[in-house]
Amino acid sequence: MTEARMRTVDYNLYYGSFKALTNVTLNIPVNRITAIIGPSGCGKSSLLRSFNRMNELIPGVRTTGEVFLDGENIFSKDVVELRKKVGMVFQRPNPFPKSVYDNVAYGPRIHGIRDKTILAEIVESSLKSAALWDEVKDNLGKSGLALSGGQQQRLCIARALAIEPEVVLMDEPASALDPVATLKIEELMEKLKQKYTIVIVTHNMQQAARVSDFTAFMLTDEQRSGNMIEFGPTTDIFTNPVDSRTEDYISGRFG
Amino acid sequence: MTGKQRLESVVKYVLMFSALMSILIVVMIGIFTFREAIPAFREIGIIKLLTGTVWRPGQGQYGILAMIAGSGLVTLGAVVIGVPLALGCAIFLSEIAPPAVKSIVRPSIELLAGIPSVVYGLFGMVVIVPLVRNIDVPGNTGFGLLSASIVLAVMILPTISSVSEYAIRSVPKRFREGSFAMGATKWETMTKVILPGARSGIMSAIILGLGRALGETIAMIMVIGNSVIIPFASTDNPLSIFLSRARTLTGNIAVEINYATGLHESALFATGVILFILIMLMNSSARMLIGRKKWEKK
Repeated sequence: MTEARMRTVDYNLYYGSFKALTNVTLNIPVNRITAIIGPSGCGKSSLLRSFNRMNELIPGVRTTGEVFLDGENIFSKDVVELRKKVGMVFQRPNPFPKSVYDNVAYGPRIHGIRDKTILAEIVESSLKSAALWDEVKDNLGKSGLALSGGQQQRLCIARALAIEPEVVLMDEPASALDPVATLKIEELMEKLKQKYTIVIVTHNMQQAARVSDFTAFMLTDEQRSGNMIEFGPTTDIFTNPVDSRTEDYISGRFG
Repeated sequence: MTGKQRLESVVKYVLMFSALMSILIVVMIGIFTFREAIPAFREIGIIKLLTGTVWRPGQGQYGILAMIAGSGLVTLGAVVIGVPLALGCAIFLSEIAPPAVKSIVRPSIELLAGIPSVVYGLFGMVVIVPLVRNIDVPGNTGFGLLSASIVLAVMILPTISSVSEYAIRSVPKRFREGSFAMGATKWETMTKVILPGARSGIMSAIILGLGRALGETIAMIMVIGNSVIIPFASTDNPLSIFLSRARTLTGNIAVEINYATGLHESALFATGVILFILIMLMNSSARMLIGRKKWEKK
């Protein structure tokens, strides 16, 4: 197995008195796509949002255990520095009500890049990486919200790439998109993994099977808390799962 | 038709009648004020009324420019003082304050909206005016534009603050998340994403506040000094214009209408019509801004 970019060790997450994740230990391999699958409410989004500490925006959140990025505990890191290295793409495309250009330049700008030529280069290369450049290059001043849903999501990917993260977290990035736009996002992920480590949460098992290299299967226990059931290469999980619960889920017996 | 259906349709017509009544009342007020103002518009002329610098009803001179300047300057002053304050309140309430603090601050701000304006006037006379009097400038009595602006700023604060807070809170959560996920701080998210996103709502809040400021009467009469003069700066510093006494359009009507007759009375009505149109324009433009949400436009 390849080296781990991110790692959780005995990680527990609480929303107030509710324990949403129990003892999650998971390795996220470098430059691979890792899919987190499981039925609704199993804590897969909560886990994903732990990697860039987005859960901390919710009042009453508490964690125990550890999460590492490149061997460094993310809870002892400055959260701004962490989020520069761990970007995120959300379920519903959320470009800012700004132009395409300003959306992509947002990250570099807040992290101190003022030089116009450098910004323009970053915007162009990020849009190219997100396979959106050809569609918007003549209209960078257009509002990000005027794009189609699929384009908006690629704009959000470009926005995340603009600060050169190491990891890109994707929370059901295609669930609000039509099949054609979904396919484009999947092809894009395939290209992005050469440079980035990708973690994707998805409801769609075909999608997980198609795009991911590794798959983590989660399930809730009797206390409705999310547990990591099985993790391994996607082909193994889908063709030869170790745990019977994984097999039941994969074969569509529940969830 | 069953009894139930009949009741439904009766209720429908009663409610429709109430709605129509309110429209009718606005139209009636417009028509009757305008009718009384016709002689003034005809004999003085709208241009002369608006641009005339002398208001001497006894000698047939009816220029309301001094009052326009008074109303304009006091409103400007109120906006300069009140808008930052109100926006501060709105941002604090929507983004920073913990629920316990919010539950104290928000009702207190709303309470400000319920205080009768004559009480604001009293407060202005016993607190603000004596304070302003301490500014050492010849002829400064404390009564004037500055005192009036301060009082007015407090009066428009609840309107601007509550409408702005609503605008800020209605910026979708996903923009915030998007910004935080980029490593932006709370402050950067506020100034670069949320406030620009709420801009049209905040603009309409300010315009609503302006409309309220322009219409305020009794509190202004009590602190502004009521001299019919075009406000002037009494020192080299142009800001000393705010220590000048003045009179507002509304104050002019309220002070003089009891003894005005003939053309004088009509000129006061004409002032009313101008105010009416101005405030109506402001409110409807504010409404238009509120109705337009950028992120919902496809």
